[in-house]
Amino acid sequence: MMDPITTRQLAINRRMFFGRTALGVGTAALAGLLRQDTLGETSPSSRGVPGFPNFAPKARRVIYLLMSGAPPHVDTFDYKPHLADFAGKELPPSVQMGQRLSTMTANQKQQLILPSITGFRQYGKSGAWVSDYLPHIGSIVDDVCFIKSMTTTQVNHAPAVTYFMTGAEQPGRPSFGAWLSYGLGSANDNLPTFVVMTSRDRENTCGQLFYDHYWGSGFLPSKHQGVKLRSGGDPVLYLSNPPGISRLMRRDLLNDLDKLDEIKLSDCGDPEIATRIAQYEMAYRMQASVPELSDLSTEPREVLDMYGPDVLRPGSFAGNCLRARRLAERGVRYVQLMHAGWDHHSNLLTQFKIQCTDTDQPSAALVKDLKQRGLLDDTLVIWGGEFGRTVFGQGDRASGKFGRDHHPYCFTIWLAGGGIKPGLTYGASDDFCYNVAENPVHVHDFQATLLHLLGIDHEQLTFKFQGRRFRLTDVEGKVVDGILT
Amino acid sequence: MSRKRNKIIFGACAVIGLALAPLSVAASAEQQLLFNRDIRPILADTCFKCHGFDAKTRKANLRLDLPAEAFKLRKHGTPIVPGHADASEAYRRLTSTDPDVAMPPPDSHLKLTAPQIQIIRRWIDEGARYQVHWAFIAPVDPPPPQVSDSRWPRNPIDNFVLARLEQEGLQPSSEADRRTLIRRVSLDLTGLPPTPTEIDNFLDDHSATAYETVVDRLLASPRYGERMAVEWLDAARYADSNGYQADPTRTMWPWRDWIIDALNANMPFDEFTVDQIAGDLLPNATAKQRLASGFNRNHSYNGEGGRISEETRADNVLDRVDTTATTFLGLTAGCAKCHDHKYDPITQKEYYQLYAYFNQCSESGAIPSGSGNAPPVMDYLTPRQEQRLAALRTNERDAKAKLAAALPEIDAAQSQWENSVDPREYWTIANPAKLVSRNGATMQRLGDGSILVGGPSPETDVQEVTIATDLTGVSGLRLEALPDPTLPHGGPGRSEDTGNFVLTSLEAEAISRADPKQTRKIKFSFADATYSQQGFSVAAAISGNPTNGWAVDHAPDKHDISATFTFAQPVGFESGTELHLRFHYESKTNKRHTMGHFRLALTSGPVLTRSVAAALAVAPQKRTGEQKKQIAEFYRMRISNQFRSLSAAVVTATRAVDNYEKSLTKVMVMDDATPRQTHVLLRGQYDKPGDKVEPGVPAFLPALPPGAPHNRLALARWIVDPANPLTARVIVNRYWQSFFGSGIVKTAEDFGTQGEPPSHPELLDWLASRFVANGWNVKAIQRLIVTSSTYRQSSKISAEMLERDPANRLLARGPRFRLSSFVLRDQALAASGLLVEKLGGPPVKPYQPPGVWEEMSLGQIRYVQDHGDSLYRRSIYTFWRRTVAPTTMFDVSPRMVCMVRPLRTNTPLQALALLNDVTYIEAARVLSESLLEDASSMTGQKLDQIFVRLMARPCRTDEREILLAALDRLRSQFGSDKAAALKLVSAGEKPRSSNIDPPELAAWTALVNTVMNMDEAITKE
Repeated sequence: MMDPITTRQLAINRRMFFGRTALGVGTAALAGLLRQDTLGETSPSSRGVPGFPNFAPKARRVIYLLMSGAPPHVDTFDYKPHLADFAGKELPPSVQMGQRLSTMTANQKQQLILPSITGFRQYGKSGAWVSDYLPHIGSIVDDVCFIKSMTTTQVNHAPAVTYFMTGAEQPGRPSFGAWLSYGLGSANDNLPTFVVMTSRDRENTCGQLFYDHYWGSGFLPSKHQGVKLRSGGDPVLYLSNPPGISRLMRRDLLNDLDKLDEIKLSDCGDPEIATRIAQYEMAYRMQASVPELSDLSTEPREVLDMYGPDVLRPGSFAGNCLRARRLAERGVRYVQLMHAGWDHHSNLLTQFKIQCTDTDQPSAALVKDLKQRGLLDDTLVIWGGEFGRTVFGQGDRASGKFGRDHHPYCFTIWLAGGGIKPGLTYGASDDFCYNVAENPVHVHDFQATLLHLLGIDHEQLTFKFQGRRFRLTDVEGKVVDGILT
Repeated sequence: MSRKRNKIIFGACAVIGLALAPLSVAASAEQQLLFNRDIRPILADTCFKCHGFDAKTRKANLRLDLPAEAFKLRKHGTPIVPGHADASEAYRRLTSTDPDVAMPPPDSHLKLTAPQIQIIRRWIDEGARYQVHWAFIAPVDPPPPQVSDSRWPRNPIDNFVLARLEQEGLQPSSEADRRTLIRRVSLDLTGLPPTPTEIDNFLDDHSATAYETVVDRLLASPRYGERMAVEWLDAARYADSNGYQADPTRTMWPWRDWIIDALNANMPFDEFTVDQIAGDLLPNATAKQRLASGFNRNHSYNGEGGRISEETRADNVLDRVDTTATTFLGLTAGCAKCHDHKYDPITQKEYYQLYAYFNQCSESGAIPSGSGNAPPVMDYLTPRQEQRLAALRTNERDAKAKLAAALPEIDAAQSQWENSVDPREYWTIANPAKLVSRNGATMQRLGDGSILVGGPSPETDVQEVTIATDLTGVSGLRLEALPDPTLPHGGPGRSEDTGNFVLTSLEAEAISRADPKQTRKIKFSFADATYSQQGFSVAAAISGNPTNGWAVDHAPDKHDISATFTFAQPVGFESGTELHLRFHYESKTNKRHTMGHFRLALTSGPVLTRSVAAALAVAPQKRTGEQKKQIAEFYRMRISNQFRSLSAAVVTATRAVDNYEKSLTKVMVMDDATPRQTHVLLRGQYDKPGDKVEPGVPAFLPALPPGAPHNRLALARWIVDPANPLTARVIVNRYWQSFFGSGIVKTAEDFGTQGEPPSHPELLDWLASRFVANGWNVKAIQRLIVTSSTYRQSSKISAEMLERDPANRLLARGPRFRLSSFVLRDQALAASGLLVEKLGGPPVKPYQPPGVWEEMSLGQIRYVQDHGDSLYRRSIYTFWRRTVAPTTMFDVSPRMVCMVRPLRTNTPLQALALLNDVTYIEAARVLSESLLEDASSMTGQKLDQIFVRLMARPCRTDEREILLAALDRLRSQFGSDKAAALKLVSAGEKPRSSNIDPPELAAWTALVNTVMNMDEAITKE
């Protein structure tokens, strides 16, 4: 619920507004009038917590490309040319140090090193090494900062994704986007401030699911939860009018409803009624803005081509990347784009390349497209999985059915845009891509850094629930200064 | 800061603060400050984290939560000097601007407001009197206070509320009108709107107890239990699936029905609690009591691949502790999982003492594949199923009894048979007349009547042997597998690796030599062998299953391998018989395992096994027990038709019982079947055990009675012991919350020091005391609340009261808030007449936009929508998938963990659902049909009926004008677009009335849909 003072203010505004409609201001003006108010650039219902942002933000919006299932850092970005010398040899115990493994390989007799299955090349002025399967990402390395020293504590998919998205491994905490919506409010009154899209590999090779707690609001008011744009049917549930009701009819009916509710408001005085009227109007605007957003037919051919051949396939990662750019343009603060299909335990040889092909061009196109529109300066793009994959192989080498197991101790992600040093590689793994060798970045550090880029001190964005002040970074988190401009 | 300005700010804070801490109002009055009400919330929020209960985070070894510590002289002075704020080091630091000295330290981001500092100062100056946290002291039954307006109170609740209002100089609102009242109380007690008849009856009842009559009717309605259960399911994190990856379906719905039944039956709350926490441990626990214990198995259950079972198990136990503590005690025990509680006096050790109670369950943490129900489970039976199972069990008993009764007769017959049977073997070597290998091997007859196979060694083969015999009454065939030096490894089979064979099946026919048209297929009843390889029993050769067969690798004596095949019926034509035998060697996995050398023989005598023949050869009195047993078994299973048929009846009856039991719904329940030593889990991690702990309750709460057992039953009884200061308060507070939208303690989940203090502490204590004194009578205490004058007030808000008390904490008006999405759907179904009032049963799957489950589960879980009545059941029966909640519901507990405070937001997505979901469009259409089918009513009357059904009142004049204009417009819109009209009125699966013109029906449907979305229609007021 809104705080009472704001609600009261809105009620007064509404009275003035309806006073005017009675004198003949047409309903067409309604949306515009409701969007404006005396308190700020957006309606009061969509403002954040007073005092936020705490300082000038470098990034105004975030697009998070979550590579679910966990891409192998060994085969993508964390190039170790000498690994080939150890092919098929046992991982030295001094490297593994008895750390916990997933039950899927903990019982495997030997942990034999599997060097990268692809070649690597250096790209750009920065000379970053990138897998031969990711040439498009190779072409943007000078805009990108690689963190090669990410580390997490979770070794199974759902807890690890939950950890990245919410700062805790158990479901139930607010997600990153919900915290942003809560703290900073909305920058657009026609669209939700936090939008989620999901896609998966076409072959549907892995069972990683996208639970709605990945974009939940936890104990924050539920209006802060992510709104999922679906790939089939209505992009937002119940967005379409029922068959037989046109947009024009809906407008008329909403005018009727507004008038009926206004009678009630003047009769009983509950400010919640004014909020309700405003929310029905927002619903009406979303009925236009969301389909417009999802409709890629207005994009010029050359832009569609940038994102690759898959861009018009419903539910494709490429299509979602282009939609993410459209959302960013429209002021949506946080786009969480989740793509499944990286969980290559036994099909690294076949699926990894396909997965790279599906994601490489769209990911790079998004960065380029934002850049050519001047949006990259204050838009933060993140590309990464929930953990890495083991340098040792899993499964039967002879049959070709092999891959890599989950690896939480060290992995690579990359960022680009608002406030991030371009062309940088930060941190490093050891010679076996196994442990962090320098500058470890824990999940909470990473989250603290993202909040910092958005102008938020991660220790100050808190919410009191069940007697405790919770925050995204729990009791940890240090801003990684080394990657900031 | 000028005095005047200070006052203004202070006043503003008091108003804003009202929503957060209503009692800060008291601090500004001339009343004496109370530690629990005025001081503790401030200290708990800003000081106790470092100077409180948790030793690990305590700074400077200073505690401000205990007076003895706070008053002690220290190096830098005495933190608190009672009566002298200026001499108190703590106060000096609160007001210091020196960042090295100031408290709380700037980097903590905690700050006291100026009024808060003022209050601390006053409290110290007034003597710094501490109190134990209010909720941890048992309530004393406070006398209802005197009030000036003695006419207003109907029961003591009103005295408490009015006394507070009078203290604030406020007056209660007038009573809500009767229509509002009956709608409010019907929605509150049954979750359904009143019917037009119920409204009329109430309006026509002029007796003084008309309202109470309504309340009693509602409390007695079966719909009451369905309504009240919803909140309990939120607390119990009930769902129909496990959550996590795969999210398999579970069947906990019988537990849900137990809750509904218990609420309808007004089971006393103490019994309700004990059954759910420890029903399985009650002496001679009934099936229902065991079922109730499913409360502690409603947690989600992680079966993700690669998951360590013990980790899941530990998570589940932690969840049980947290859920029990929040649901019954209003404690945030979970905060003590990793360290001592920062604010409440729960140590980490005490947390794991509670954990120990729930740690004895035989649940393993693993989950059986293909099921969402992890043991321990029980069978759930409806009364009809109970009858059926009892009948099946009687059948089984009867069959066993019949067999037992027949045994003497059978044994007598056995003695006769033993005397008559000749144990010697009479086998006649059969002379093969014709030999054929279907796949090209050679078959050669040798002088001893045996057959040697040679030539090419086919992968599989069928060896056909024709035997001519004059014997009649042929009862069996013997196959001797013989070694031969020409065979690999000396035979008897042709396998290159082992000299083995695999006889996968044997077929035989008897043909009359006189009349070859007379043939009989031979069926084999038994097969025995002198030796069978492990896993290759000779029975496999006559089982009809070609994937396995008889093989003889590693036989101890290659010269003694034979099998006998007993014919089900003896064969042999008077004029001589040709036996056609086909030996199949067709193993898919063991190629070239055909027979190499064998000999066949026939008998007309009894086909005895070697051991039985040996036993029979011994004189009866000299036989060993084992020999007697072998003979008896042989006789019963092979000779006695009587035994065979009686024992087959027993097997059939037993199988029927087993199958029926397997088909029954399984419900997860608790047991204490796996005693475990409990340890503190460091940082809450299952694999980091610390010190050993025993079951026990936190020390700040009353002790367990001496001699209480160390099990959940003792814990359950302790929770509902009248001496427990929390339980009754926590529960009545939630009832209050159900009706007023927010509890007397707003933080219904936290009665600890970080929770909000009660707005009416004496009222809460009085209600809690009444509740216990009346034997935990749930309906009685709820009746008291809803019949109070407080509850019956109008919910209209004056501008003045909106300023003064926006959140209605002082209760100067009635409750007004949006209905839950459960109730909204039920209301639409009820108002349209679609609602199917069937109590309980498996969950149903009503309308849902296509692809929602499929998208979430990557196509692994399909939503198969139900049809017919299942579309119109109450929302509580809608299938709840934990990973993706029903889409028609919003602001609901995700049912992941315990939740006791409702969510109530106001978002555009809710508007979209209520405007566009087919559930609501269909309800609007069906409601419209019922209006339009009544030709006698005028348009205005129809509008009134819509309003009465949804808002219990007729349409106002100004509303009517809007709606009549809308109706005209809609008629013209749909009149000119009949296709659109037809689309709209085709919403939903309920067949459409063909009597009504689609444009007219469409116009009304759109209109009703709009009225259904009116703020008043979706709000309880």
